[in-house]
Amino acid sequence: MRIELTPEKLHGSFVVKVEEISGQDLLSCYQCGKCSAGCPMSFAMDILPNQIIRLAQLGMEAEIAESKAIWLCATCITCIARCPRGCDLSRVIEALRLLTLRKNADAIEPSRIPAETLAELPQIALVSCFRKFTA
Amino acid sequence: MINLNYYPGCTLKTKAKNFEDSAIASMSALGIALIELPRWNCCGASYCLAEDDLIHQVAPVRNLIRVKSQESRVESQGEGDSRLQTPDSRLLKVVTLCPFCYNTLKRANLIVRNDPGKRDTLNSFMDEEIDYHGEVETVHLLEVLRDDVGWEAIAKKVKVPLEGLIVAPYYGCTLIRPREIAIDNVERPTVLHRLMETLGATVVDFPFATECCGSFQSVSNPELAAETAWNILTLAQRQGAEALVLSCPLCEYNLGFQQKLIRRRHGEFKGIPTPYFTQLLALALGLESCGFDRGYTDSRALLQSKGLLS
Ligand code: SF4
Ligand code: SF4
Repeated sequence: MRIELTPEKLHGSFVVKVEEISGQDLLSCYQCGKCSAGCPMSFAMDILPNQIIRLAQLGMEAEIAESKAIWLCATCITCIARCPRGCDLSRVIEALRLLTLRKNADAIEPSRIPAETLAELPQIALVSCFRKFTA
Repeated sequence: MINLNYYPGCTLKTKAKNFEDSAIASMSALGIALIELPRWNCCGASYCLAEDDLIHQVAPVRNLIRVKSQESRVESQGEGDSRLQTPDSRLLKVVTLCPFCYNTLKRANLIVRNDPGKRDTLNSFMDEEIDYHGEVETVHLLEVLRDDVGWEAIAKKVKVPLEGLIVAPYYGCTLIRPREIAIDNVERPTVLHRLMETLGATVVDFPFATECCGSFQSVSNPELAAETAWNILTLAQRQGAEALVLSCPLCEYNLGFQQKLIRRRHGEFKGIPTPYFTQLLALALGLESCGFDRGYTDSRALLQSKGLLS
């Protein structure tokens, strides 16, 4: 991937907002990759968890918005349990999701869930899914 | 009988009634009455991870406030009922069964305890409730079994030892992560292992005991969640497990109910029963209310083949 860095991106409002919502210092991550190695969902992600945070560090808002990865995170907390830098990636990813959701854009359409599935799903699954993926 | 405040949460009242029934019956046999919290509300299921969002902490904190007001009511009525106390007697205890509720209540309480600014905002927002400063300690039933009842006391009450049953304990995520709220070692928990050994079962270890089952991704991406579940189940089976012992209704959906979907994707996959630890506890204590007829998977044939169930 070609990456174009500009001072505007590096020090722009996107980085500030992600740090504010997540409460994390993005530059605390030193790209060891341990988060991606243990992530149960990384097998299906188009960019890996450590790449998500790298792009966030660099202010690459559009690249992150194009990727599916933040919508595949299951908030399992494995990454933060293992991060040698104590950087809470689950919070960074939540912040990235919220930047979309807060524009009142849903990431899933609840009405498309088949009725038979709805009847079987435990409430904690539904409530969590709607909390993480709808505005 | 010792009383213990109990927060059930939504799923225990519907999809996981067998989890609740077997837990209440077992605890009562062990001398602890689970007293359901009056007027509890949904805790929000998944803890909100945004720093600038306090409104999603209202639901869990309101439940903790209910525990506090309930306790002061009991105290002022002088009912002389003996409640299970935390080692720090200033803390009031509430037990959960659902790991999602456990995680959400416990983490929300950390905000109240550690962030005075947010605590004040929450208190002034909930102006009809009494002020709350984090006095309630949320615990999980597995902690009560380990720390308050104790393995020896449980062993003495076992009437039907689970001899010959080979189980793999599975912990999932929310009881052991993040570290601040973990009921056990984050990478190598043993509490379910110890409980199963105490009940007489043979316990096998497998590397995915703390791997995420796919969680709520089964709503939006069922195929993906089924892949993670398949990995967990087959790895446990390869270690010789005949059943996977669970503590979470969402794990039971992903690892139990979704076995149908897994079989469609992996023809060679053979099913494996996924009972809750409380069901095996109730069985070993010789109780009727095990609820084996109501799970997403059926453990009865396996238990009958071991002569543990008629
Ligand atoms: S484990 Fe932590 S430091 Fe390492 S790449 Fe992931 S977020 Fe960065
Ligand atoms: S919290 Fe998300 S990114 Fe982190 S390990 Fe779990 S699924 Fe992967």
